[in-house]
Amino acid sequence: MEQTAQSKSRYGMVIDLDRCTGCGVCMVACAVENNVAPAEQKATERTGVTWLRVYPVSNGEGFPANDTVFIPMTCQQCGNHTPCVSVCPQNAVEVDPSTGIVGQIPQRCLGCRYCMTACPYHARYFDWWDPQWPEGTEVLLNPDVAPRMRGVAEKCNFCHGRLHAARTKAAAAGRKEIAAGDYVPACVESCPSRAIVFGDLADETNEVSRLSHSINTFQFLPKLGTAPKIFYHSAKEWVRKMADRAPLA
Amino acid sequence: MRCKGLILMLSGVLASLAIGWFAFPAALYRTEAQPMQFNHAVHTGEQNGMTCDMCHEFTENGSFKGIPTIAKCTECHSAAIGSTESEKVLVEQFVTPHKEIPWKVYSRQPDNAYFPHAAHVKRAEIKCEECHGPHGSSSTLPVYQVNRISGYSRDIWGRNISGLPSHPWEGMKMDRCVRCHAERHRDDSCLDCHK
Repeated sequence: MEQTAQSKSRYGMVIDLDRCTGCGVCMVACAVENNVAPAEQKATERTGVTWLRVYPVSNGEGFPANDTVFIPMTCQQCGNHTPCVSVCPQNAVEVDPSTGIVGQIPQRCLGCRYCMTACPYHARYFDWWDPQWPEGTEVLLNPDVAPRMRGVAEKCNFCHGRLHAARTKAAAAGRKEIAAGDYVPACVESCPSRAIVFGDLADETNEVSRLSHSINTFQFLPKLGTAPKIFYHSAKEWVRKMADRAPLA
Repeated sequence: MRCKGLILMLSGVLASLAIGWFAFPAALYRTEAQPMQFNHAVHTGEQNGMTCDMCHEFTENGSFKGIPTIAKCTECHSAAIGSTESEKVLVEQFVTPHKEIPWKVYSRQPDNAYFPHAAHVKRAEIKCEECHGPHGSSSTLPVYQVNRISGYSRDIWGRNISGLPSHPWEGMKMDRCVRCHAERHRDDSCLDCHK
């Protein structure tokens, strides 16, 4: 096999909060794509599993100054001192050096949930129950994503199964690099208002790279120095100011 | 007295070894019959001269189809070719009623393993035999044994219970992937091969 030193991509997103209508399609698309089972009856907001959650946040003003924004919150793919990586006693979390994607390996996870405590964005979830699908719907599971068992933590990995599919397609065509359009996460693809832009932040010609540097673009909790690869955009000042506040949940 | 103790100890060691090397593997694996016999050599031999990828194809998006469907077999075997028992079973039980053959797959990996054949066969130009051995020139199928605990084929661990392969192609565990990638200086992460 030839040496295939992969190029150092740095995948990230820019989410335009002024475009997000809070419809929740991204949450549904994410769950379907990543084989997240329907919630257990006893599950609560905190014990259920949602790799991507849309939070409604109000500016607290009365009518007519009242305003609400919807914030899709998922793993922020921290690029610096990644908190979940640094605390995991099992090496079950790692930052892929060739993509920058923070990956969770459920088979290594012992279920201590230290990563959930460490994550400043509350973007990690724990499988309190074995996943169960209504009878007959198992055939609809995505074969590119392995379901997780009870007792492990899980989180967004930028639909890594789709990156696998894009790499397979490229390899079959004899190409080393994937075509940018072949790798698009489910939330990005499903968003009806095109609020999410995804791509390689390291590629300066990429739209996501340009948008991440544009005015009114911000990251959540920048003071922690975790260098998230999810950027948010809003022209509203009160929304941008929220970025420095404590976690949403 | 000392001699008696030594004999007892040695017989205990021998009994443990016998259990470990013979009784344990016999208890651990269950032999299951394939739905029919298959002769790879007839297909790949001089008479027909077929190559692996003529039946084990890739889809348009590059994913690997693995074992061919009955439609592929029917392309040539819509009527019986020859008079062997296997041919009769193939035509009568599978081709005519258009029913898929429920093969037991020797190399089926766990759900969380991602192995792109395209990257290995097409880009890296690794020969099928390097991982699967001389399967293509065999005239009968190997015995299929399944691990009673894990449900995986014995060929994943390798035929030798010690885990030390008798041939380079034996065993399809993760350490083999890792070793090969390390030899080729691949910059790997877990998610490269796991899903």
